[in-house]
Parts: sequence; structure tokens; C-alpha cells
Amino acid sequence: MKEFTASVVKEFRHIFRDRRTILIAMVMPVVQIILFGFAVSTEVNDVRVAVCGDLADPAVRNLVDRIDNNRYLSVSGSLSSPSEITGVFRRNEADVAVCFGRNFGENLAPSGRAQVRIIGDGSDPNTAQMITGYLKGVIQSEQTDAEVAFAGEGERKASMAPVVQLMYNPAMKSSYNFVPGVMGLILMLICTMMTSVSIVREKETGTLELLLVSPVKPLWIILSKMIPYLVLSAVNFATILLLSHYVMEVPINGSLLLLCFAALVFVVTSLALGLLISVISPNQRTALLICGMGLTMPTMIFSGIIFPCESMPEVLQWFSDIIPAKWFIIIVKKVMIQGTGLVSAAKEMTILAGMAALLLAVSIKSFRTRLQ
Amino acid sequence: MDRNAVEIRNLTKKFGDFTAVDNISFNVRKGEIFGFLGANGAGKTTAMRILCGLSLPTAGEGTVAGYDINTQQEKIKRHIGYMSQKFSLYPDLTVRENIRLFGGIYGLRDRQIREKTDALLGMLEMQSEKDRFAGSLPLGWKQKLAFSIAMIHDPEIIFLDEPTGGVDPETRRRFWEMIYDASEKGTTVFVTTHYMDEAEYCDRVSVMVDGRIAALDSPERLKSAYGADNMDEVFRIIVR
Repeated sequence: MKEFTASVVKEFRHIFRDRRTILIAMVMPVVQIILFGFAVSTEVNDVRVAVCGDLADPAVRNLVDRIDNNRYLSVSGSLSSPSEITGVFRRNEADVAVCFGRNFGENLAPSGRAQVRIIGDGSDPNTAQMITGYLKGVIQSEQTDAEVAFAGEGERKASMAPVVQLMYNPAMKSSYNFVPGVMGLILMLICTMMTSVSIVREKETGTLELLLVSPVKPLWIILSKMIPYLVLSAVNFATILLLSHYVMEVPINGSLLLLCFAALVFVVTSLALGLLISVISPNQRTALLICGMGLTMPTMIFSGIIFPCESMPEVLQWFSDIIPAKWFIIIVKKVMIQGTGLVSAAKEMTILAGMAALLLAVSIKSFRTRLQ
Repeated sequence: MDRNAVEIRNLTKKFGDFTAVDNISFNVRKGEIFGFLGANGAGKTTAMRILCGLSLPTAGEGTVAGYDINTQQEKIKRHIGYMSQKFSLYPDLTVRENIRLFGGIYGLRDRQIREKTDALLGMLEMQSEKDRFAGSLPLGWKQKLAFSIAMIHDPEIIFLDEPTGGVDPETRRRFWEMIYDASEKGTTVFVTTHYMDEAEYCDRVSVMVDGRIAALDSPERLKSAYGADNMDEVFRIIVR
């Protein structure tokens, strides 16, 4: 045990002596959260809505007022004909257009079959999808109000648009999307990249030999290398949670304990992966390359920070299944945002735990054979 | 007790089809300075790794410090010291932290480590350098410090893997004084080297060629046997 603590202390010293390591470990999570939170905001904000329809119609006016009063939307102008929409989009005068059908109010009252079209600017599909989705929600709430107004009048129902309800994230806040992603990314970076690089560095300089020739058991040497990164990632996990909760106002709807447990399982998976990479990499550059190309990039892509996973080709979706971070991110989304319990995240949890066990077994075995 | 420090019988190590060490046998006497010579790729490093308990032989048997190389690797590790020129200290740790670390991983108690640290710093006259990063020390000091740290747990045998690479002859000579001191105190020294003048300092020398031991004797007898003036000539004749 004495031998073990001595080497753990040494690992901590290595980390705190190296400015770059400290910078990556302590500053990057904060920067990423702030960056994604404010600079790379993909959320629906200050959306300019062009309106096309008969503004003399009270039902139309009601809906336009509702849109204008929404804190995320503002009506930027009215168009006399739908053919003007293209021009408005091209001149970047509006982000989305809402077209009301002929005799909107009349159709709404007696038949409940009023027509309204939402036309998004598809040149930015992600944003357009969010905006149209959000607008649908606004219209939906108008419809609900109309239904209340019609209540008691028998069969009459108001219907304006396909019913789409946006749960959990009505404003399509992008922070809901990227917080789990950043969490997965950071934990993976700290645990996998930094562990593998620190082991490979000792392999390169020959000091690993020095540790191996000592009476400390190889497995303990490896464990002592992992413990500081485990501690670091716990600190990072807490930082991200606090920042996202208090600065980004992302709710923690589910059990915090479950969230921590999921993080722990993911960290173990990442550490095992780091060990495996350190066994197969001859030098630090290779280790970095494998981590960067093989882990960080796919994690970025599949975490939903940049692209929604659903819009990917099927082959890529299969590929995304073997990336541990994907499952962790799903669990975080479920537990943190949706507030579900262990039961509904059981599948992902099982997959992640399975990956952890498998990677741990494989990496320890390969590390042992490497020593012979 | 009159056993040898190292006894090796018919040791063979194969990597796939390649035979790195081919059926070698030798003894190293207690307290002796044993030079382990050979060109690069002759199998020195592989053999040394087996003796240090880092690797298992494909065939053959032997003991190091009285412990079996096939079954008692952990015990061997406890009773040997190891120093390599390539790197034996952590450059981002201070002198004192390096001493602490190796004292710790060799299982010394805190009190022992403190005593050792003081004794060691005093002996090396490095008291004022104790909080300097090891990486910033001159190479000669690094080697002396590394040697002393490798001896921190008073091992029976110390393995030196090309300990003096890249230093001037004067520094090398002073380093050898430390080796002699250790040997006089009863520590067996097992040293690999490229420098033939260092081979002259050894009590006995073995020369490995293609995984076999081609010659093994004292430098004087080797020189007379091969009719050479110095070990450099002896080495060239054998390797050719």
C-alpha cells in the first residue's frame, strides 16, 4: 500500500508540474461550456418572422400578436404574397415565414380547418428545424386556446396545423443538447487521452521500465496512474454540472446519484480505453492521434453538439453505436433533462457497463501480455 | 553463505522464430563487478530483462539473489537495484521527490526515507540542490543521483544498463569510484557498457555475440588469450 501511495503522489506531481496538462484538465471544461453556451449558440433567439396573410382577419391578428409577444420571436414584416418569401430570405430579412390560408378566421370558426404554413429558411437546416419546430409549438398553443374558446359548442374543433408538441426543451435551448455532449467529451479527454499519453510518455522515456523493475505490481502501477485522472474527472464533472446548472440554467431533472453513477461507469470505460491505447501506441503522437481521430472527433459528431444523430446515414449510426460516449450522452440526456429513472435508461446503462467490463478485461490482459 | 549472486543455466529466450538469447550459462560471484558486453542486438538487453524479473525465459533456469527467475520474479525485484543511463530519474520531480518516490516504491518506511535522503544528499554534496528539478541537473550529477537512488534499498545486486553514456571520461571515472565503493561494501554489480575502457575496470567480463556468450573471463586473461593490448581489441576480435 505504501508503494502504491508513493506512485499515486508521483502521478499527481506530474500533472500539477505540467502547465499544459493543468490547462487542459482544469480550464478546458469551463471554456467549452462557455463557448458552446454563448458563442456557438444554436438556439432559437431573436427569430425574425415574416407574416403573409390577411391582417384584417381577427384570428390572423391574434396569432400574429402571439408570435410577436413571444420572447424568442418577433414579427419583422408582412408580405402581400407568398412569392415574396424567397426574396426576403435571400436578403436575410427574416428567418422564417408564416403564411395564413385564405379566409383563415372564417375557416377556423365553423369548420376548424384553417390553413397555416410555416416556411423555414432551409439554408441552415439545423436552425430552421428548431425554428419551425418552435413556431409549431406557438401555433399549437393558440390552437389550444381556440379549443377552450369553442368548448361547449359540441363537435366544433379548431385545427390549424399538424399537432407537434415539443417536450422537455420548448425553446430548443442548445445548452440542453451540448451539456451532455461536453460532459462526455471532457471525461473522455481526461480519462482516455491523458492516461494513455501519460503511460506512453513513460514508455518512451524508459521510466516505465524503472517502475516495472520495482517490487510494485504492474497492475498497481497502472492503477496509480489512473487514480489522479479519476479525481480530475470527478472535479470536472462537478464543474460542468455547476456551470451548466447555474450559468446555463440547464435543469437537473433526474436523480443526481444516478447521473454520478453513469459518469463513474463512463469514466471506468474511458480509463480502460486509455490503457488499451497506451498498450498499442509506440509513442505519444500515435496515442494522441488515436484519441483525437478515433475518439474525440466521433464523440463531437455523435454527441449531437454539431449534427443531430438522427439525420446521419444508417451506416454511420451503426458506427456510432460502438462509441461509449454516445451511450453516456444518451443517459445524461435522459436522466438530466428528461428526468427519467434507472428503468428507462437501463438499456443504455447495460450497454455502457458491458463496454466497461469488456474494455477493462481486454486492456488488462493486453497490458499483461505486453509485459512478457 | 557462499552462493553466487547470479546463476544461469541454459537460458533461452525466443520471440517467435527469432532467438534473442541462445542457451547461455554463467555465474556471477558475490561482490564481483561483472561486465556484460555485446554489440547492439546481441541479446544483452533481453538477458538482462530476464535477470531483473521483467521477462520470463522460454527455456532454462537460474537464480538471482537466490530467487528463481521463473517463479520468484517479485522477490527478485525486491532484492535488486536497476539503473539505466537512458533515464532513471523523473525530470519534473525535484531531487528530494525523486528520492522519496523510489524509497516509497521499494517499500521503505517514512523514517527510513528521511534518513536515507539526508545521508544521500550529504554523500553527494547536494544539500543545496535538494529542491531543484532533476531535469535541470548536469548529466554527471544525474547519474550519481540515479545510482544512489537505485541503491536506496540496499540491494544485493545492482544492474547498470549502460550507466555512463554520453559523459566525459573524467565524470565516468568518478562514477566508477562509486561502483567500486558499492562493490567493496559487498554489492554485486552487473554492468552493460559500450565503453571498452570501462570493461577494463570489471572483475570479469562476458561478451555476447548473436545470443551466445562468446567469451567470459577476467580482462587480463582475455587480453592474453587473444594476444591483445586492450579490451577494445579483444572485443573486435571476438565480435568479428
